[in-house]
Amino acid sequence: MPLLEATGVRKIFGKLTALDGAALTVGENEFHGLIGPNGSGKSTLMKCIAGAEVPTQGKVSFVNTDITAFTPTERARAGMSLKFQITSVLPSLTLYDNILLALQAQSSLFDLVFSRTRGLLHDQVMTMLTQFRLADRAFDAAAALSHGQQQWLEIAMALAGKPKLLLLDEPTGGMSLEERRVTGELLQPIKKHCSLVIVEHDLDFIRDICDRLTVLDQGKVLASGTVSEIQANKAVQEIYLRRA
Amino acid sequence: MPKSMSVVREAIAGDEADDGMAERAVAEQVAAGRKVLPIVEAVVLVAALVAPLVLQDYLTVFATRVIILALFALSFDLVWGYAGIMSFGQALFFGSAGYGVALLARDLDITNILLVLPAGTLIGLTFALLLGGFLLLGRHPSSVIFVSLGTLTGSYAADRLARGWYYLGGQNGIPSIAPMTLGAYEFSEGPPFYYLALGILVVVYLLCRFLVRSQFGLALAGLRENEQRIAFFGYKAQHLKAIIFAIGGAVAGLAGSLYAFHEGFVWPNMVGVVVSTQVVLYVLFGGSGTLIGAVIGAVIVEGVSFWLSDNYREVWPIILGVLLLLVILFRPLGLISFVLGERERVGSFGGKSRETGKEKRDAAP
Repeated sequence: MPLLEATGVRKIFGKLTALDGAALTVGENEFHGLIGPNGSGKSTLMKCIAGAEVPTQGKVSFVNTDITAFTPTERARAGMSLKFQITSVLPSLTLYDNILLALQAQSSLFDLVFSRTRGLLHDQVMTMLTQFRLADRAFDAAAALSHGQQQWLEIAMALAGKPKLLLLDEPTGGMSLEERRVTGELLQPIKKHCSLVIVEHDLDFIRDICDRLTVLDQGKVLASGTVSEIQANKAVQEIYLRRA
Repeated sequence: MPKSMSVVREAIAGDEADDGMAERAVAEQVAAGRKVLPIVEAVVLVAALVAPLVLQDYLTVFATRVIILALFALSFDLVWGYAGIMSFGQALFFGSAGYGVALLARDLDITNILLVLPAGTLIGLTFALLLGGFLLLGRHPSSVIFVSLGTLTGSYAADRLARGWYYLGGQNGIPSIAPMTLGAYEFSEGPPFYYLALGILVVVYLLCRFLVRSQFGLALAGLRENEQRIAFFGYKAQHLKAIIFAIGGAVAGLAGSLYAFHEGFVWPNMVGVVVSTQVVLYVLFGGSGTLIGAVIGAVIVEGVSFWLSDNYREVWPIILGVLLLLVILFRPLGLISFVLGERERVGSFGGKSRETGKEKRDAAP
């Protein structure tokens, strides 16, 4: 059984059909790229999977459970996590508190009120910060980070709850070449325990880190397969690569 | 950069910084910035402690009322300033507790402080649990409009109900409530009641501070900045909101029962929209999201109204209105933001010096 299976997803905003029967299947420990021209419905599909939008029609299954109607909290507790396209770290909090905020999401009220989480999760917070090369700035306000570092912090926060699946919407948006390369490096180790769905414009980045790709066009799946299959696909070259 | 950070960490931990001058300056700034809030709190506390010694008796009575209203302001600040729940019906919990203890005193002759104050707190808590459960505990997050209209309606309905209900005294409310007692001792207006109210305010203030500086407070800080994000981490955001709403109701209830005994009567306005709006003004004026801001707001709004109504009998509400507008336009974070930076306002959570020291060791490269 695949980890995530979205089938026949339709999403209609007024008169606009953003998704018209799109599908996506992601296996365990698989890095899956979701690509397509602007307006092809990548972000909308991502939101339908994440629970930020409810599909007009269709079904999303995750770990053999139909989660189409799950709230964000329920999805998170089932093991799904996401990083928003727009960075949403909490700027006035320190990096440490940002990570702790993400880590302690499922702690009991007692542990929260008596601040036991701060002691219990301290090592995990520092491990996450070290892993994302932010440990030396642990007690800076998140607002003081560069744009690229804020994205890393946000990825670290999204990974804090040890999700089975991480949804990344344009993780390298606005990053320098060097930052993109580092982002790729930072993401590799999580493959051991986590699958990934990435929406990304940077095709080189996608090609480097993804195992499989799904190409959307006008709300439908144009092609899906391994990176080399997609690269060889004539229809994709016609419709997507030329336009890009 | 890493080095200057470790200096800041050491400054926070209270250790000695022995690095370069520029870095020391940064550390001193941070250290100085961190001191503003305790200083403001200490000044307010000292002023409150000596007030009855310098004020005439009728002013001490007025000051007692202000202290109780400051307690009420804390309740709204918890709900709005810390959790971002726009409650336009906070008077519902304040007033219903007031009516509750008034009935206890009138019908059952219960005036013992050890019974009536817990009873009032419980009434506020219960009403807030009921209303909060209904408004906040949906499957999906409720909109700010829904919650503010819901609380407003609750407050308005309670006002109408109190006005029309003969048992509650209708338009006139319940007059001449017996004084609050402890054994044979009666808490009368003036310094005794003042120091009682102040003591309760200080205790509740410290409890609130413990709460908002805990990791629960950290979750609330995330909640008010980006509720959806918090939900995506797996927090039960609606539960957090309902809990803080209920706590806010309990504090309002405590304030309401003190108010009822201090004034000696309760009347329908006490549960109504006017008082609900008044508490919003206190907190916006003083500075929402800081506990001391709520207290200062209540003191200044009430103090200025008192002084203006004495000196400008006709036009004082207009002057007060303009003042409030100016503050909200130019100082959306309230008067406290003149002395308090954003970083300190949001503050730190549950960091003990021992733990900070541990963090420093582990984080140092």
